[in-house]
Amino acid sequence: MLNVPAVAGQKLTQGVAPLLVVDDVTLQYKTKQHLVTATWRVGFEVYEADRFVLLGPSGCGKSTLLKAIAGFMAPVEGSIRLNGRAIERPGPDRMMVFQEFDQLLPWRTVLGNVLFPLTHNRKMPRAEAVDHARALLAKVNLTRFENVYPHMLSGGMKQRVAIARALAMEPAVLLMDEPFAALDALTRRKMQEELVALWDDVRFTVIFVTHSIEEALLVGSRILLMSPHPGQVKAELDVEHLGFADIGTSAFEAVHKRVHSELFADKVETALAAEVHHV
Amino acid sequence: MSEQALRLSPPKRPERTVRLDAVGAIGDAARPLSLFERLSENTFVRRLVILVVLGAIWQAYATWVANPLLFPTLTETLTALWEAVTRGPLIERTLTSIQVLLMGYGIGLALAAVFTTLAVSTRVGTDLLSTLTSMFNPLPAIALLPLALLWFGLGYKSLVFVIIHSVLWAVALNTHSGFTSVSPTLRMAGQNIGLRGLSYVAFLLVPAAFPSILTGLKIGWAFAWRTLIAAELVFGVSSRSGGLGWFIFENRNQLETASVFAGLFTVIIIGLVVESVIFRGIENATVRRWGMQS
Repeated sequence: MLNVPAVAGQKLTQGVAPLLVVDDVTLQYKTKQHLVTATWRVGFEVYEADRFVLLGPSGCGKSTLLKAIAGFMAPVEGSIRLNGRAIERPGPDRMMVFQEFDQLLPWRTVLGNVLFPLTHNRKMPRAEAVDHARALLAKVNLTRFENVYPHMLSGGMKQRVAIARALAMEPAVLLMDEPFAALDALTRRKMQEELVALWDDVRFTVIFVTHSIEEALLVGSRILLMSPHPGQVKAELDVEHLGFADIGTSAFEAVHKRVHSELFADKVETALAAEVHHV
Repeated sequence: MSEQALRLSPPKRPERTVRLDAVGAIGDAARPLSLFERLSENTFVRRLVILVVLGAIWQAYATWVANPLLFPTLTETLTALWEAVTRGPLIERTLTSIQVLLMGYGIGLALAAVFTTLAVSTRVGTDLLSTLTSMFNPLPAIALLPLALLWFGLGYKSLVFVIIHSVLWAVALNTHSGFTSVSPTLRMAGQNIGLRGLSYVAFLLVPAAFPSILTGLKIGWAFAWRTLIAAELVFGVSSRSGGLGWFIFENRNQLETASVFAGLFTVIIIGLVVESVIFRGIENATVRRWGMQS
């Protein structure tokens, strides 16, 4: 079966049931010519209030895995269970924040976008929902823009609306698919800080997909390293102790280096070969 | 020589930091536009100028030709229009036409909605719609008129039939292509929110595809209007009262050329009003406001 290496500093999880169990999941999808195996027998557990990061190079199936957790595709093998129940279809208990800016409904205002899932799923009475949505918009610093349509917002602001919309539903788990990848570097750092501050405030559970090691270390409390073609688990690390204050410290650099070598050790030669080829 | 050029490096210069002056020294950041500049920014004003120029050319040419039987002047046409409106049957004829038109347009839209909903929910529906549209969209509605007359007789039913044909395929085609071009992210976001089945179509696909749907509605309207006037010209009076096409036909037979022009004028004016008031209004309240169309 899997050869997950034993990781130092593993959480003590006796007595606490995992929130989400991904059990030996194999995912495949069809393109016009090929049947692609995106992940091969991937298994992990997510506990409440985890900031669980799926980290790996492109092609490791991390986004596909997130889509499967969201319910957009079913595993060929294995199972994904949330609170003990298998995931069958997309639903608002697993709100997702996408990388693309066009995930907001352009025909609704900022407030309308946050409000729509609440009222459509009859989560709470309308008046209460409006207050709740406003409170969330205040948390992401968008109170002044609640009556503005999405096309008038910058990329970072759109992502904040998407985060507010997702959190307003109080999902069992928040899914984020490289949400800051399309932002400029400065905005990206600011959004990472805001997300962690927001987590500190609300203590939601989030699964975060990224291919940036630094982002993984900063945003995550736990990192699942994946290898590509097909995606398999390489390691699971605890990085709870690392935060924005540690950037540039030797401890941070050490973990960064370790993750880098875990991910790219077997790739260095191919990468070098490719570079030589380019020159 | 070439090696030296490759080794060229920029000269060393001191760094600098600049204290920003108050903007007032340069000039105002914004100044109000003059009246002429503001008027020339207004689409309506610009188009009105074009219309006035065209009207003047018409008047000058018709006066020079001086043959009211072939080419009446603008003033003669306007007089005929005024008389037809106040004393003649023009208003009544126009209302008859619009009534038939709205009936056909309404039924056409309802059928298009059924077809496209089928097409997005089942594969058979998609195939059915694309086959039918590729068969019938190129077929001019007026070509079905003889058949319609055979089936429904002389009367408004035949007109409604050909109008439905002209509206249905244009609207269905545009709506369906709008549905299929909704971005995958937006689709997933909709499903993620919990939209399924009909609520998915109504709350996600329709608003997301609204720019295409609106284009379909406009094209359908233009097709229907053209088909109606043409059909009325072909078989004239239906039941008791004729429409606008019949008005034009009647006046041509009586060689009242100015009234023929007046009838054509009415067709143009109604087209302009629907386009620039109704459809423009819908556009401004929806797709422009949402930033889905500039």
